[in-house]
Amino acid sequence: MIIRLEDVHKSFGDKDILNGITLDIAKGQSVAIMGGSGTGKSVLLKHVVRLIKPDRGRVWVGGRCLEGIGESEMDAIRLRIGYLFQGGALFDSMTVEENLDFILRRHTVLDPAARAARIGQALSWVRLHDKGRQFPSELSGGQRKRVALARATVLGPEILLCDEPTTGLDPVSVRTVSDLIVYLRNEKGTTVVSITHDLLCAEIISDEVHFLHGGRVVASGDFATVRDSSDSILQEFFLA
Amino acid sequence: MPMDGLRSSIWAAALIRTGAIAAFALQFFNRAWRRPREWPEMLRQMDEAGAKSVILVVITGLSIGAVLSMQSRGTLSRFGAESVLPAMLALSIVKEIGPVLTSLVLAGRLGAGMAAELGSMRVTEQIDAMEVAALKPFHYLVVTRVAACIVMFPVLTILCDAVALTGGYIESALATGIDYRLFTDSVISSLRISDIVVSTGKTTVFGFIVGIVSCHLGYTVRGGTSEVGKAAMRAVVLSSLLILVANVLVVRITFLVPGLG
Repeated sequence: MIIRLEDVHKSFGDKDILNGITLDIAKGQSVAIMGGSGTGKSVLLKHVVRLIKPDRGRVWVGGRCLEGIGESEMDAIRLRIGYLFQGGALFDSMTVEENLDFILRRHTVLDPAARAARIGQALSWVRLHDKGRQFPSELSGGQRKRVALARATVLGPEILLCDEPTTGLDPVSVRTVSDLIVYLRNEKGTTVVSITHDLLCAEIISDEVHFLHGGRVVASGDFATVRDSSDSILQEFFLA
Repeated sequence: MPMDGLRSSIWAAALIRTGAIAAFALQFFNRAWRRPREWPEMLRQMDEAGAKSVILVVITGLSIGAVLSMQSRGTLSRFGAESVLPAMLALSIVKEIGPVLTSLVLAGRLGAGMAAELGSMRVTEQIDAMEVAALKPFHYLVVTRVAACIVMFPVLTILCDAVALTGGYIESALATGIDYRLFTDSVISSLRISDIVVSTGKTTVFGFIVGIVSCHLGYTVRGGTSEVGKAAMRAVVLSSLLILVANVLVVRITFLVPGLG
């Protein structure tokens, strides 16, 4: 298993968010985490990169338990992971190219020409090769999401974590972003974990769906199995 | 008693905030010497803190120099001591008004800007994005800004002092026709090197205070955009208060050191 969450509990104040989550994700798999608002999906994802630490339980990435590991070792693990944030989280004081170059400059020994070529390749992949000199504020929501996807994958990560990759996008952009994620899984062998409310996106990208409710995984299986479940909680979600 | 409870909760909040700022400052000292060195970003922040504050500092300096000269002349002339005006201007501007006023003006401009920028980066998850990309946001965002403040506050203070004395001279020359050489001789003879070094040097402390407080309040914003506005406002208020308190302490300490008081 490339990612394993073992009996993870997390509370904020007196509110229990995760209530003993256990989850195994195999290498090369594309998993969708679904569930209503406030069920702890984003909190769960942030545990994988230790933006949040569990109150109880353990998180394993690439066979390494994150509990108690040092900053440099955690950075090494983070370099194996790309993270697509819900709002894109692009650095708004930098142009699109600089957003990608910032990561390449820090983590590779490529010369400027090689970095520029890599950036051009990444932007072409998300079909935004002509937007490199623009600032994030000059892009549409869908374009920002695609730039964020290019930035998250510019180092060729083994794992891609996506927090609501298609929320707020029009159906064409949903299809585009979903297809890009599928490409990563199929062609690059990237393990993808996506949090999504978007049924179309979940259906396109996922091999397996885990449904969260009350801080626990209440259903798992392929998209059709979970969607067609007779469980009232799932019915309420999928028919809403 | 409800009032006792309120007072104790205010004290508790103040203590928690003080502890958090102290921990943030320790983190700065712990990380400032480590790699990566962010020289380009540091230069950009020095430009932001320094070059872009020059006009504000020049106007402040000219204004206080001219007004101080106008206000003081009337009082001094009543005692027949008008001739000590250049020396009085030099001592009051260089030892006290220049450093404190420059720092307060910069606290307003830079403190609010840094807290708002970092706060907005926090609520839009840009700082988290740096963290998960192993880009060490504390180095890139905090160390560079605090260091830029430490370096630029004394530089801008020297500029403010020079401009304020120039403003004082222009006002005096227009009012009394005082000779330029007489004015500068009087200014130079009234000041000791230690006066200039201590009073300018203390602004490194003020720069550190503004940098740490503002970065802390911005970096630790939780919630939405309304919290960013509150952090910017708190950064200005808290930095300004701490500058005034630190000024009293620094001046008191200099009086304890022979030759500096």
